[in-house]
Amino acid sequence: MCEQIRIVLRNAGNINPENIEDYLKNDGYLALAKALESTREEVIDIISSSNLRGRGGGGFPTGLKWKFTMQAKGDEKYVICNADEGDPGAFMDRSILEGDPHSVLEGMTIGGYAVGAKKGIIYIRAEYPLAVERLKNAICQAKEFGLLGENILGTSFSFDIEIRLGAGAFVCGEETALIHSIEGSRGEPRNKPPFPSTSGLWGKPTLINNVETFANIAPIILNGPDWFRQYGTKNSPGTKVFALAGDVKNVGLVEVPMGTTLREIIFDIGGGIKGDKKFKAVQTGGPSGGCIPIEYLDTPIDYDSLQNLGSMMGSGGMIVMDEDTCMVDVAKFYLQFTVDESCGKCTTCRIGNVRLLEILEKITSGNAHLEDLERMISLSNVIKNSSLCGLGQTAPNPVLSTFKYFEDEYKAHILDRVCPAGICKNLIRYEVIPQNCQGCTACARVCPTQAISGELRKPHFIDQTKCIKCGSCYSTCRFNAIKIV
Amino acid sequence: MPKIYINGDEFEASENDTVLTAVQKFGGYIPTLCYLNLKDINIENKPSSCRVCMVEIEGRKSLAPACTTPVSEGLRINTLSRQAVEARRTAIQLLLSDHPQDCLQCPKNGECDLQRIASELNIVKNPFMGKTTNYKQDISTAIIRDPNKCIMCRRCETMCNDFQTVGVLSAVERGFNAVIKPTFDLPLEETACTFCGQCVAVCPTGALEEDSYIDYVWKDLVNEKKHVVVQTAPAVRVALAEEFGFEPGTISTGKLVGALKLLGFDKVFDTNFGADLTIIEEATEFKERLENDGFLPMLTSCCPGWIKFLEHQFPDLIEMPSSAKSPQQMFGAIVKSYYAQKANLEPKNITVVSIMPCLAKKYEASRKEINSSPDYKDVDYVLTTRELAKMIKEAGINFTTVPERSYDNPLGESTGAAAIFGRTGGVAEAALRTTYEWLTGRELRTVEFQALHGYESLRVAEVDINGQIIKIGVAYGLGNARKLLEAIRDKKIDLHLIEIMACPGGCVGGGGQPYHHGNFEVIKKRIDALNVIDRTKIIRKSHENPYILRLYNEYLEKPGSEKAQQLLHTHYLEREWL
Repeated sequence: MCEQIRIVLRNAGNINPENIEDYLKNDGYLALAKALESTREEVIDIISSSNLRGRGGGGFPTGLKWKFTMQAKGDEKYVICNADEGDPGAFMDRSILEGDPHSVLEGMTIGGYAVGAKKGIIYIRAEYPLAVERLKNAICQAKEFGLLGENILGTSFSFDIEIRLGAGAFVCGEETALIHSIEGSRGEPRNKPPFPSTSGLWGKPTLINNVETFANIAPIILNGPDWFRQYGTKNSPGTKVFALAGDVKNVGLVEVPMGTTLREIIFDIGGGIKGDKKFKAVQTGGPSGGCIPIEYLDTPIDYDSLQNLGSMMGSGGMIVMDEDTCMVDVAKFYLQFTVDESCGKCTTCRIGNVRLLEILEKITSGNAHLEDLERMISLSNVIKNSSLCGLGQTAPNPVLSTFKYFEDEYKAHILDRVCPAGICKNLIRYEVIPQNCQGCTACARVCPTQAISGELRKPHFIDQTKCIKCGSCYSTCRFNAIKIV
Repeated sequence: MPKIYINGDEFEASENDTVLTAVQKFGGYIPTLCYLNLKDINIENKPSSCRVCMVEIEGRKSLAPACTTPVSEGLRINTLSRQAVEARRTAIQLLLSDHPQDCLQCPKNGECDLQRIASELNIVKNPFMGKTTNYKQDISTAIIRDPNKCIMCRRCETMCNDFQTVGVLSAVERGFNAVIKPTFDLPLEETACTFCGQCVAVCPTGALEEDSYIDYVWKDLVNEKKHVVVQTAPAVRVALAEEFGFEPGTISTGKLVGALKLLGFDKVFDTNFGADLTIIEEATEFKERLENDGFLPMLTSCCPGWIKFLEHQFPDLIEMPSSAKSPQQMFGAIVKSYYAQKANLEPKNITVVSIMPCLAKKYEASRKEINSSPDYKDVDYVLTTRELAKMIKEAGINFTTVPERSYDNPLGESTGAAAIFGRTGGVAEAALRTTYEWLTGRELRTVEFQALHGYESLRVAEVDINGQIIKIGVAYGLGNARKLLEAIRDKKIDLHLIEIMACPGGCVGGGGQPYHHGNFEVIKKRIDALNVIDRTKIIRKSHENPYILRLYNEYLEKPGSEKAQQLLHTHYLEREWL
């Protein structure tokens, strides 16, 4: 049985997030005090040797990022906390910010000290009003206690944090787009290099980390890198918070050591598939991630293993899908999301992803030919290799990964004009099984287009020319008398 | 000096090189679309948004855009990689898939960068056709926007915001609907757009085009009741030949006049005559302001883009510009009064066409308060240099062999001072030549003021007139004009006369000129050509133009007279910045 380890969520739910004293009682700000007694280099050394990797999805070594920002020349530097959580169904960062805001403030302040910044900014989406309120409150309290502001803990180090609200564009989670947004420009990414560590906010060296990354800092400083590395795998130490959702019995946040297998998360912690249906795939990494099939359930998950499977860690979204899921439809769903959220700056993302979506629509509507699959793959690869930012580069992942593991399903839509999961409306038909039909008329009464006719207590009949495939009859029938063909 | 490898060959690049600049120095080629580098005016547009300049770099997972990827020691670049070439082709196919398929009827046909690169990359079919955006055209007096042809290269946005600081054009919406639009999605006409046309000058496709008046001109040319008079701006004669394959900087005054005569214009006159007239009126006003403690500095008023900029952005400084109309408008007013009287014609039966390097001139001709009568327009139609070239081609005139002709009189004679109106610093220099002689009563031996020559976008010159140091500021580009005006407003700079032209290098770099395709050298060569025209003129000071003198003797009486005020001066409007 797999165990959850709470490093990031150590306090969430256990302390009153609106009272700094609760945080202080749980070793709060001890790490900051310890850091301020060390040199900046020592702090960065601890983070570097802990091998902590960015929890925002990219998995870049945090210590290295801090080192680059520290080494970058500049009279002014900034620390930004990326709290623009936007993956559908993900709420890891929100829970941290709402449940333990000081852990993020403390991590940022330590980061500010290490890189030589005096100013921190939390970029958070406006749709998280409670998190914003608690952060504001926490900032006020930290200032009152001399843990933020001028001469922190009586040292010469000063650091202040302000909050910037994002308008909810998904792409603003991309660091350069986020920086443009703070600067008051259109939230669009730019080509890297230069990276924010050398040229970030207002062109100054900027340390930008995700909420969960910052929440890891204080425990690492306090307990040391060896303590941290005992959890997780060699290349991805520590824990990761996942938002487990979908067709799984127990949904919610889980924090597990890296290297835990998908099976442990889904079946041990998640309790298995709802309605005791069969597991089909799990989608990790949000809209940029991919779908992983049953064959890989025992893969220990970390940044590299997920990438090798054609998916990614992302910020920790994990959506479980049962046997009734159409994988082409899933790819379409995620791609629709990226199409809606694309900023429109670069050609391949702006137009390419729309064309890719059109191909998927053609497949799910039963109008595609085998050549369309070829086109789909070559276009996906160009979008992946040519797009400007992470959003565009990863947008085809759901398509490529579902095609990789469920090619047969794609082909069934094209060659047999059938959706094996019975999801794609254009490819299915509802029919009455006369032997089972009791003639109760329930289906006829719910049918919005009066497509079902039949006498009382006699088998009914569905007029296919009137049927809009809404599925109302299917879910109403108590005698299993309606089938999907 | 990083050592890099381009397709296997070693090359020593410089620290600041990008992959693109290094490959270009090496003599290689990578197609670019959104990238635009006008280094002489410090404008670089490299959003790396088109994804056309993709190259393969050894050891990197993804392809890299050459325009924004810096070189580093040991970098191995493969510009010929099949994967990169296929990516370029796909990017172009994707752009074309959301683009009207009307190249043959597009005004940009033959000048379009998208079309050129599509041809270079051998795009003969497009597997990615699909839904398309559908925006309405926005037609203003000077510029037509067709957002359906926009490829989001952001060049117009860069010119409008960074170079001109007008801030009308910017990207709006997102994803597939992302497009460049004016402030609050208003028609351009209702915004603070100055119609400088620099957006048009850099647009790689037909998304931004001049509003063409060619059809109206053809109609009047064949209308026997109409006496059609044409005037040609100074900068046209040094650029038109480019449209016919001549080298930039070719002076084609004689051919220009010859072609216009062949097109059927009844009289071919010269805006340069109007320029000389402008100097007389402007210098009179300047002298008057200098001697009577008038409002200083005096700003030149020849550039309609600049004037509209001032009206929107600095309405508090609206007393500063000279009230003298621009040469185009002075010329029109004189044709419809003095010339009409002389030729015994009704003003309404005269059509005045002007050939301009400029788009704002189209708008200027439509300004109500600038016209001398409510019954007719002083200038009926304004065509750009490009439109004139189209007419010449359409008529079947062989520009290479067209016989050289001279301008008609009485409105065709001009001085060297008028010629340099078309370049930055020229109006100020022309005004100085006259003012100097009028104020000192001495002959000016060296007519060229070297401090007013050159290509720098902001220059200040000092001239000693009767012991008084006259300070003259010269700027081109409205962003530079803004700096100058802000310095004046904050009393950080003390000047007597300021010349401002909206476009790079002055009118030679106007929005209506043959496309420079990002090559500023073309503009420099046009400037040099104007200086050659000036130097080869016997008369180089406006007040010595005998036809100008005759105009005053016969009609206007004296500079600044009541009649001159009525015909040759105007006023400006306070406007909002929208």
